[in-house]
Amino acid sequence: MTNFFALLSGLTFGLGLIVSGMTNPAKVLGFLDIAGEWDPSLILVMGGAIVIGLIAFALAKKRGSSFLGLPMQLPTARQLDRRLILGSLTFGVGWGLAGICPGPALVLLGEGVQQGALFVGAMLAGMGIFEWLERRKA
Amino acid sequence: MTIDWIHLTPYSALAGGVLIGLAAAIFVLLNGRIAGISGIIGGLLRPKQGDLAWRSAFLIGLLAAPWLYQTVAPLPEIRIDTGSGMLVIAGLLVGIGTRYGSGCTSGHGVCGISRLSPRSLVATAAFMLTGFVTVFIVRHLLA
Repeated sequence: MTNFFALLSGLTFGLGLIVSGMTNPAKVLGFLDIAGEWDPSLILVMGGAIVIGLIAFALAKKRGSSFLGLPMQLPTARQLDRRLILGSLTFGVGWGLAGICPGPALVLLGEGVQQGALFVGAMLAGMGIFEWLERRKA
Repeated sequence: MTIDWIHLTPYSALAGGVLIGLAAAIFVLLNGRIAGISGIIGGLLRPKQGDLAWRSAFLIGLLAAPWLYQTVAPLPEIRIDTGSGMLVIAGLLVGIGTRYGSGCTSGHGVCGISRLSPRSLVATAAFMLTGFVTVFIVRHLLA
């Protein structure tokens, strides 16, 4: 059942990304270009998602376990550390260069878009570098 | 700042956002997990027991979404003007940055803000800031 709902969630997520316009890098860059001809549409993507999310997570926090009886695995970290901030700043630079974040990257790959595949390859390499550095440190 | 009224797509943006919210709701209320895409992918590079199947299932759903979409309607047009070299640099930065920052637009921007997590609010502000600044530099300073 877990895998079925994971698949359903991934599908719904991907459809949402396509419908919203997030899978079109030109549109994402139009949203990030506040000094140019600004296309604020994507604020509404976050807005729509967060309205539903607020309800879902409020319910999730109240429950000790999921409706399938699984433990609620919500993040517990609280500290605003360098890793969080520098990592997010770095992600933003990459997002601003291409207009692609991880979800849309996978959808573009699924569409068979060559540049999407190239981006996903580089993104996986980036994640691999992170794992390698973490293991070396340990 | 001028608003690009021609390309404004408020209804589809909102509808897509609601679908994304529903996906996150399904994932947390049934599976008890955060629908954070960079974390779900990154976890595959550090596999734990019993982890592989649900991570793969979620990602297969994401990859299959365009196929399902086009059974109903033609896929919306996409435009990528970024060259290959820049795409590789961008991908590397997104991969490293999201793992160090423990999340991306989905995990921090949607799920984290919905949980009212201070960490996610700070992370989202940080990646939006450099996103805006990067586009400003590329389009208005370098161009």
